[in-house]
Amino acid sequence: MILRVLLLLTLVVLAPLAQASERFIVVQSTTSTENSGLYGWLLPQFTAESGIEVRVVAVGTGQALRNARNGDGDVLIVHARAAEDAFVADGHGVKRHDLMVNDFVIVGPGADPVGLGESPGATAALKRIADTGAKFVSRGDDSGTHKKELALWRAAGLDPTGDGGEWYRESGSGMGATLNIAIGMDAHTLTDRATWVSFGNKGDHAILVEGDPALQNPYGVILVNPEVHPGVRASDGQIFIDWLLSPTGQAAIAAFRVNGQQLFFPSAR
Amino acid sequence: MGDAIAEAFRLIAVGDAALWEIVSLSLRVSLTAVALACLIGLPLGALLAIARFPGRGALIVATNSLMGLPPVLAGLLVYLLLSRAGPLGPLELLYTPTAMIIAQTVLVTPIIVALSRQVIADMHQEYDEQLRSMGITTMGAVLTLLYDARLSLLTVALAGFGRAAAEVGAVMMVGGNINHVTRVMTTTIALETSKGNLAIAVGLGLVLMLIALTVNGALMALRGTQGVARHV
Amino acid sequence: MSDALVTSGRRTLTPARGPDSVLPVAMDGVGYTIDGVTLLDDVSLRIRPGRLTAIMGANGAGKTLCLRLIQGLLQPTVGTLSHASGPVTLTGRRRIATVFQRPVLLRRSVAGNLRHALKTYRVPRAERAAMLTDLLDLAELRALAHRSARVLSSGEQQRLSIVRALAADPDLLLLDEPTANLDPYATRMIETLIRQAEARGVTVVLVTHDVGQARRLADDVVFLNRGRVTEQTPAGSFFDEPQTAEAAAYLAGRLLL
Repeated sequence: MILRVLLLLTLVVLAPLAQASERFIVVQSTTSTENSGLYGWLLPQFTAESGIEVRVVAVGTGQALRNARNGDGDVLIVHARAAEDAFVADGHGVKRHDLMVNDFVIVGPGADPVGLGESPGATAALKRIADTGAKFVSRGDDSGTHKKELALWRAAGLDPTGDGGEWYRESGSGMGATLNIAIGMDAHTLTDRATWVSFGNKGDHAILVEGDPALQNPYGVILVNPEVHPGVRASDGQIFIDWLLSPTGQAAIAAFRVNGQQLFFPSAR
Repeated sequence: MGDAIAEAFRLIAVGDAALWEIVSLSLRVSLTAVALACLIGLPLGALLAIARFPGRGALIVATNSLMGLPPVLAGLLVYLLLSRAGPLGPLELLYTPTAMIIAQTVLVTPIIVALSRQVIADMHQEYDEQLRSMGITTMGAVLTLLYDARLSLLTVALAGFGRAAAEVGAVMMVGGNINHVTRVMTTTIALETSKGNLAIAVGLGLVLMLIALTVNGALMALRGTQGVARHV
Repeated sequence: MSDALVTSGRRTLTPARGPDSVLPVAMDGVGYTIDGVTLLDDVSLRIRPGRLTAIMGANGAGKTLCLRLIQGLLQPTVGTLSHASGPVTLTGRRRIATVFQRPVLLRRSVAGNLRHALKTYRVPRAERAAMLTDLLDLAELRALAHRSARVLSSGEQQRLSIVRALAADPDLLLLDEPTANLDPYATRMIETLIRQAEARGVTVVLVTHDVGQARRLADDVVFLNRGRVTEQTPAGSFFDEPQTAEAAAYLAGRLLL
């Protein structure tokens, strides 16, 4: 009786294994790229050419890197340069390649009550937010966007996390959730342009700060090191990376449009 | 809200393939998890109800507490187990529906154990002397009580299904919300919310409620045709 | 003691069952005390094959407790209870089957209840179908075989409970007030069923308050008063010439103090 139950249990649990045997790779990536619809555009083209299915796990850059450090994933596409370099230096990744660039923007109430639009750049805008005590929502989740935001505060000579100011709130959530909160609170936040453009719940929020070179948002692609993580599907992963970096892949990235707007700019060298 | 209801109707009326893919995966994952949880939990609950052994009290307290296990924690534990760096890494189960089934089974089993123990204990009080006078074995008593309590246990299973179908934290963590592979109703709702598509998110939520309603209704109908209800 | 039980000769004894029968059952100086309260005190009696023993006495006299002890659901705190076949355990073939005063029927059909009993009593699978039909006929419940057991009338439920006990093919059948709350017709059907059981070689012990019923069915009477056996005689002499004041008072419908 017990034996029969155990047998049945094993069968039921393992049954789905059989159908998961097709050729695929797992990509650990960010919510910003997934939510913009980029993968929905790119991946079918790659799969049609290569026959390799790409399964994207979209989380924050920090979590994507941690998952990849456990060997969970074959390819990383993230945007936090320092953390990416550390990942490769620690032996978890084979090599980091420049993939594409988009940019960050600061969004806030469309009426721009504290006049961010007039500030000469991103750091000046953040200083103004801190000075006026205008509300700001931070991702607070160790994502690429969060790392970027912290770097910008440092450049502005401020440390709002230490201040514990009433105006600075950490959502601890993904970009979309953070935008929903910022809009609900009538607050400012830093977001990548791709997420913002494709975001469906903008309310009366608008881009207030953009175009500063400091707001550049470079994405890198890394093959997880099969020597450290033996389960990695290295050859198929490499085929995917080679395709992304090839003229075909780069052109496909450039051709992606949301509302007629190009969001990602190829940067492979 | 009006938008959301319109969206829900549009989703159902259009019957688009993406929706049905998500719905059927949701059902497959959650129903399998509940079935497994029942397979494990019902005999365990019955045993806890009628057998007396050292550590029984502690086990009851443990299962009762585990009913409140946060889905994210269950997901994290299963992630650590199934990660390539984890003990079951070589099985390559992470980011598959199987991983989601395991996580939801972990989540639902304590509910099945705790609730079925209560149901069986109540019935055992009524049946105990009769069954003992018949010289029944413990295993025989367990099977008798499980069968005779089937009406109440169906409700227990539905409670488990409710928990499985409604949770997002565990399946998100071990499934990865991969399009066409591990995307279910709740992770889609979370995704659409994060995209700011609130009407679609609420619409999907309504579809989820509708499915729960359908599953409940179907089981009720099944119960009716079996005439279980007439056995008071 | 056994000398006191003279065969009434009222009915032909069915031959005692096989050599491994539990009968006769003997209680010698049995007492049962719980939480300092003595419920049975120095009870000695014999249950002999083929003779229907009626246990009578006022409410609380210890009748049901006697049945529980004989069935083996409880152990005496003093004295010995012995079965001819040796110690009776709660598992294995049931040589003794009990129908409780409020029998618990499973939440299944009439046939489902009997099938469960046949399985529990480890009747070989091949014999079960025939026995099921036999038992349904015996209880005159064949037409109701697929009805839910719990919606039967009280009389039908009681009949089902009795044939369920007979599914064990017992040597000894213990019946605890099987006709309490039944109308005369239902009572007569139960009594017919009891006679049929006896005809099949089952020895019956019957707890009853129904003096008429005891007169109709009993071979021997054990009269219990406040946990003690005050009389143990063939039925005829008990009803015609009760030996104790308590028994006389009980039969006359007076309160026993």
